[in-house]
Amino acid sequence: MSTLSRVADSLYWMSRYLERAEHIARLVDVNLHGMIDQHQVDSEERLNYLLGTIEATIEIDSEASSLEYEIMRISTFDRANLNSIYSCIAAARENARHVREQISTEMWMQINRLYLFMKNVNLDKLWKQQPHEFYVQIKEGIMLFQGITDSTMSHSEGWHFIYVGRFMERTYAISRLVDRHLSRFTNWKVNPQREVEMTEYMDWATLLKSCTAFEAYCRTFEVKLTPQQIVGYLLLDGEFPHSIRFSLETMKKALNVISELTETKKFGYINRLVGKAVAQLDYSTEEEIIENPQNVIELIRAQCESIHDAVYTTFISYPIESVD
Amino acid sequence: MPILELQQSSPLFSNYALDQAFDEMFTSNGIPREHYEILYKRLLELPADELQKRQFDADATFMNQGITFTVYHDSASTERIFPYDLLPRIIQAKEWECIEVGLKQRVTALNLFLKDIYHEGRVFKDNIIPRELVYSCKAYRREMRGISIPRDCYIPIVGTDLIRDGDGEYRVLEDNLRVPSGVSYMLSNRQVIKRVFPRIFQNYNIRPIDQYGQALHATLHSLAPKGVDNPTIVLLTPGVYNSAYFEHTFLARQMGIELVESRDLLVHNNVVYMRTTSGLKRVHVIYRRVDDDFIDPLVFRPDSMLGVPGIFNSYRAGNVTLANALGTGVADDKAVYAYVPKLIKYFLDEEPIIPNVETFLCENKKEQKYVLENIKDLVVKAVGEAGGYGMLIGPHSTKEEQEKFKELIKSNPRNYIAQPTLQLSKAPCFINGEVDSRHIDLRPYILFGEKITIMPGGLTRVALKKGSLVVNSSQGGGSKDTWVLDK
Repeated sequence: MSTLSRVADSLYWMSRYLERAEHIARLVDVNLHGMIDQHQVDSEERLNYLLGTIEATIEIDSEASSLEYEIMRISTFDRANLNSIYSCIAAARENARHVREQISTEMWMQINRLYLFMKNVNLDKLWKQQPHEFYVQIKEGIMLFQGITDSTMSHSEGWHFIYVGRFMERTYAISRLVDRHLSRFTNWKVNPQREVEMTEYMDWATLLKSCTAFEAYCRTFEVKLTPQQIVGYLLLDGEFPHSIRFSLETMKKALNVISELTETKKFGYINRLVGKAVAQLDYSTEEEIIENPQNVIELIRAQCESIHDAVYTTFISYPIESVD
Repeated sequence: MPILELQQSSPLFSNYALDQAFDEMFTSNGIPREHYEILYKRLLELPADELQKRQFDADATFMNQGITFTVYHDSASTERIFPYDLLPRIIQAKEWECIEVGLKQRVTALNLFLKDIYHEGRVFKDNIIPRELVYSCKAYRREMRGISIPRDCYIPIVGTDLIRDGDGEYRVLEDNLRVPSGVSYMLSNRQVIKRVFPRIFQNYNIRPIDQYGQALHATLHSLAPKGVDNPTIVLLTPGVYNSAYFEHTFLARQMGIELVESRDLLVHNNVVYMRTTSGLKRVHVIYRRVDDDFIDPLVFRPDSMLGVPGIFNSYRAGNVTLANALGTGVADDKAVYAYVPKLIKYFLDEEPIIPNVETFLCENKKEQKYVLENIKDLVVKAVGEAGGYGMLIGPHSTKEEQEKFKELIKSNPRNYIAQPTLQLSKAPCFINGEVDSRHIDLRPYILFGEKITIMPGGLTRVALKKGSLVVNSSQGGGSKDTWVLDK
């Protein structure tokens, strides 16, 4: 059975918003934790960095009593911030509601439960207790949803659109994170192959942890943090699910299946776009990347935008003339 | 008012009172009726807090599943659960048999009536019903004149509201022939109660209703345009902001058909298509949950965003089936209602099996006079309204309200009817930690395609406010599961 264009659209965005919420939850959790070890001086900068990374659409309140509190308020609860965890989960749930009959009851119940949980949490109370537990619950709630999706929804077209959405968002999130990090800590340019100093260690470890990559990285390279290896790992690793190459590869596979299922003739175009993006990373080395990593990232982001547009004109908002 | 005599056995029933309304559970002597005995005994065994716990469980289930409806004029909270009462309403087999035959008779006659007024108009020539009365209905669709539709079936999906008067006799209060809703609550209620009261459920021999989705699908399938053996069926919803959106998604999933919004559909060369990721796909049967007025902006309301431009022409050409047909609301108009017994006699040559509620047409001078003089004892209803809006319940109203309605009636008599204030039967409900009785009605669901299928059960709606007679969900009504016993 073919999928309604509107349904594909909603599944895609439901998935993107959830991925975004998970990313923000991890980022905030890791950074709040990092702040415990650091001086207040750093904190304000960190706050700005953090809000910039999630593209928060709201300003900080300079009178706020605590920066950590402000981070939580804006990144997590502020409904006016379209990229807060609350807003993302609400948007994901709204998209799910639009396709209520397409997803399984189990999926719907989980996303609804997550939304109700989020809605009922009180920031002030949470502030006094254990924010970490809360962010873990959010992350797990989203992962549970993904698990439920994989085991209760038929792995047909709609499911593949969910994957395209998730990995599209992940590619954006990682690329933005790495980009901001490289702009913030410019020391790496001096000698990217060196092991980072003790004073820098926390920052680079935080970058890896923000992508759940710290342990996986250490297993590959042992605890030798070098900027080149870290950037190379996050961009080029073929097996780690929070690397850009892995994300693009997964997206490519999902789009391939969608094109087979829909038998669209225009797929050649999307195939070329996504294939090119993957191939570029497939055949690059760490050394090449580190020469100008931010250019590479910019290119990847531009390619993602083209793929997104191509998905829309091929499957979702095509003109009637283009149908035979 | 006699308080129950058996109360000593449980504090649950300590405030349960009997009055002139027919009580579903107890005879007028306060003895449980035979078919309620098992439930009654079990309730006496259960501690009150156990019931409370089960009520919480049931509410949580509804909330988590998002089984909610939306209230439009309430800015505070737009999504609510439909209040659910734990205690089932039980109907005996032989009672149900009679309801079933009566409903079949009624929908058959109403369908013949619709076919007749949009074709030959014999009812007018034979003076069964005044032509002006039918033509002046807001729901009458001149555009439907002379159009033939598959199987001549105008009303494949019907929900008829029944009540029981003081003697316990069932009467038809209203026919819903446009887009009756609530069937998803009937099905969800059943799912929940099986979890909440598994043992009681097992002890009764209850007829299942789970087959509704399949029966509805078969009905729609049987109405495919001529020559189409394997039709594509879809459900057209006004969208996520419609109060019954949950139900639309629920039914689409039960039937395994696509749920579409108007922006998913388009008409090209008089054929309806839906927009899919693999291109346009033809649609043959549409179970539409969009009102007549909004279905096609080219023919009806031009400002409608919910409809599909050109769909009416496709319908007229026989390329697509709409269920229900357009213009069916004329047969559930509250003034036409008064003529239904006559219509049954005329079309079927039978006496009505389920009687109407006595109805006064304000358009009729003599009846209007009676209504104006006795307004404090009557229920006055605007004919075109639904959902419990635009009505006056005489005994529960103030003098000013009565005067206001008198003026309304005089200025537009065609728009009003009046009925005696009926008590509606009462059933036990679990409210605030104890069992108390509330007024209820019953909406059975009827499917009419190749044959007529009636789900054994229906939606029992409850007026949760003490003493209230309004069961509509938009006005503080709730629902409970309805058990029809097998022989």
